[in-house]
Amino acid sequence: MARSVSTQRKIITTAAAWLIGLLIFFPIFWTILTSFKTEAQAISNPPVFFNFDWTLENYAVVQERSDYMRFLWNSVIIAGGSTVLGIIIAVPAAWSMAFVPSAKTKNILLWMLSTKMMPAVGALYPLSLLFVWLNLLDTRFGLIMVLMLSNMPIIVWMLYTYFREIPGEILEASRMDGATLREEIFYILTPMAIPGIASTLLLNFILAWNEAFWTLNLTAAKAAPLTAFIASYSSPEGLFFAKLSAASTMAIAPILILGWFSQKQLVRGLTFGAVK
Amino acid sequence: MGQIELKQVTKSFGNTQVIPPLDLTIHEGEFTVFVGPSGCGKSTLLRLIAGLEDISSGHIEIDGTDATSLVPAKRGLAMVFQSYALYPHMSVRKNIAFPLKMAKMDQAEIDKRVNAAAEVLNLKDYIDRRPGQLSGGQRQRVAIGRAIVREPSAFLFDEPLSNLDAALRVGMRLEISELHKRLKTTMVYVTHDQVEAMTMADKIVVLQAGVIEQIGSPLELYRTPRNVFVAGFIGSPKMNLITGEEAAKYDAHTIGVRPEHIDVVDGEGEWNGTVGVAEHLGSDTFFHIHNTGLGEMLTVRAIGDVSLKHGDKIGLNPRKNEMHRFDAAGLRIA
Repeated sequence: MARSVSTQRKIITTAAAWLIGLLIFFPIFWTILTSFKTEAQAISNPPVFFNFDWTLENYAVVQERSDYMRFLWNSVIIAGGSTVLGIIIAVPAAWSMAFVPSAKTKNILLWMLSTKMMPAVGALYPLSLLFVWLNLLDTRFGLIMVLMLSNMPIIVWMLYTYFREIPGEILEASRMDGATLREEIFYILTPMAIPGIASTLLLNFILAWNEAFWTLNLTAAKAAPLTAFIASYSSPEGLFFAKLSAASTMAIAPILILGWFSQKQLVRGLTFGAVK
Repeated sequence: MGQIELKQVTKSFGNTQVIPPLDLTIHEGEFTVFVGPSGCGKSTLLRLIAGLEDISSGHIEIDGTDATSLVPAKRGLAMVFQSYALYPHMSVRKNIAFPLKMAKMDQAEIDKRVNAAAEVLNLKDYIDRRPGQLSGGQRQRVAIGRAIVREPSAFLFDEPLSNLDAALRVGMRLEISELHKRLKTTMVYVTHDQVEAMTMADKIVVLQAGVIEQIGSPLELYRTPRNVFVAGFIGSPKMNLITGEEAAKYDAHTIGVRPEHIDVVDGEGEWNGTVGVAEHLGSDTFFHIHNTGLGEMLTVRAIGDVSLKHGDKIGLNPRKNEMHRFDAAGLRIA
């Protein structure tokens, strides 16, 4: 039976939802707003909201001082590369965990997840040394590997959850029909799990795009992605809030747009399996 | 082609043995039905034949060659699943063509065979639809189509009709029987429904707890059940099984009389009781009778519409020549 909801209650919950939504969105909104102010207006007290002289100067300066496109390209390669590589490795792994589990599968899954609980800085020193020895410092390949590995538990967990929703009989039918393991995964499992794989791709792309710890610590110039681009504007000789905001806006714009257009897919993917 | 032999086959899951050593021969062209209560191991046995489960010991031979360690696809068998197990992202055409594609058959031959199967199974109008857009009966026909295009040496059916409604089930039962008559291919069919077993099978294998209780034609099982379990399982409504003093009169531990082998008589009969529930089907009337003094509720089938109702006194005469006698171990006394 549907629960009856009074109008008053509806108004309160709607207002609360809007309030929380706006609160979450406010920092992004403030960043975008600040990027159109002058440096003086950016730090003025009390803060100005809309009654300032709108300017594009910050964007011009930022573009002039640093090569945005190079950072953007690095971000695309690193986020995209680590995600695609992660999926290629995680699909067979999740397949075996979902369809031929052993007594230890649950433990392995939990162990994988537990690696996400360790602070990244704990592995910084050994990893930096490893990067030096392997000549991987400031390379896109090195970052792809690190981000792929650090997101692997999430990719495997997500795929595992989606695969568990696929009836085993369908895979058995394909085996009876003569499909090899590779054909079974390629023709049957993957197409059926497309919504799940797509949202896994999307979420991991976003995570890799936003990742700031490894990208800042293991790159200098050549392989630096947009996170480094933003960081370069928080300089010790004084904060240039307006320019920092312009750089941030430019850095988050692509992922914001991607997220906006794929939000339906993202929500569907994240709640997949929750409701039958 | 299509002879399947199981030699001393066993199956254990962990420490639990679900199939104790079992021997069985399924002859070429035969329609064999595995029947038994749920959990009796009939589906496991089918999956062992298919190769979807590995046997714990013993051998499986298909057409005289050892198939024990062959992967499912190499056994030349096709299977129809209870849930249909169609590929939801493919059209009917692609579903049926899938095994042929996996066999790397050339496209012209695939098209020819898919069209032929669609024709036979009345699927022509739905050939470009996805499984999600089909009814249960149509989906089951697609699953059968996918099985027949491969021209397998035997078909395995795992409770294929249990997801269909009653009317459709009767129709599909006929279709599968007709398919068998036409193709003359070996079919192994698993069901818990003894009516399906009786109507379709050339040979029924009755299983209980992984053990074969009896193998025989439907009428053999009906007429001469080897033990009390088979007697009670085969036939609908169930055979009346009576123990105690009444059975002792016949030198047996248990006597069995089928509902259709008890005559309703006017006045006093050999057995007397009161009608509990009367089920009037028009063609038959089933009486459930209490207070007979036999210790059990009796079920009686009378031909046509007999106008007795709840609470009426009823006299009954069992037909002695149709009576089954069993000893204390539950085995048939000849």
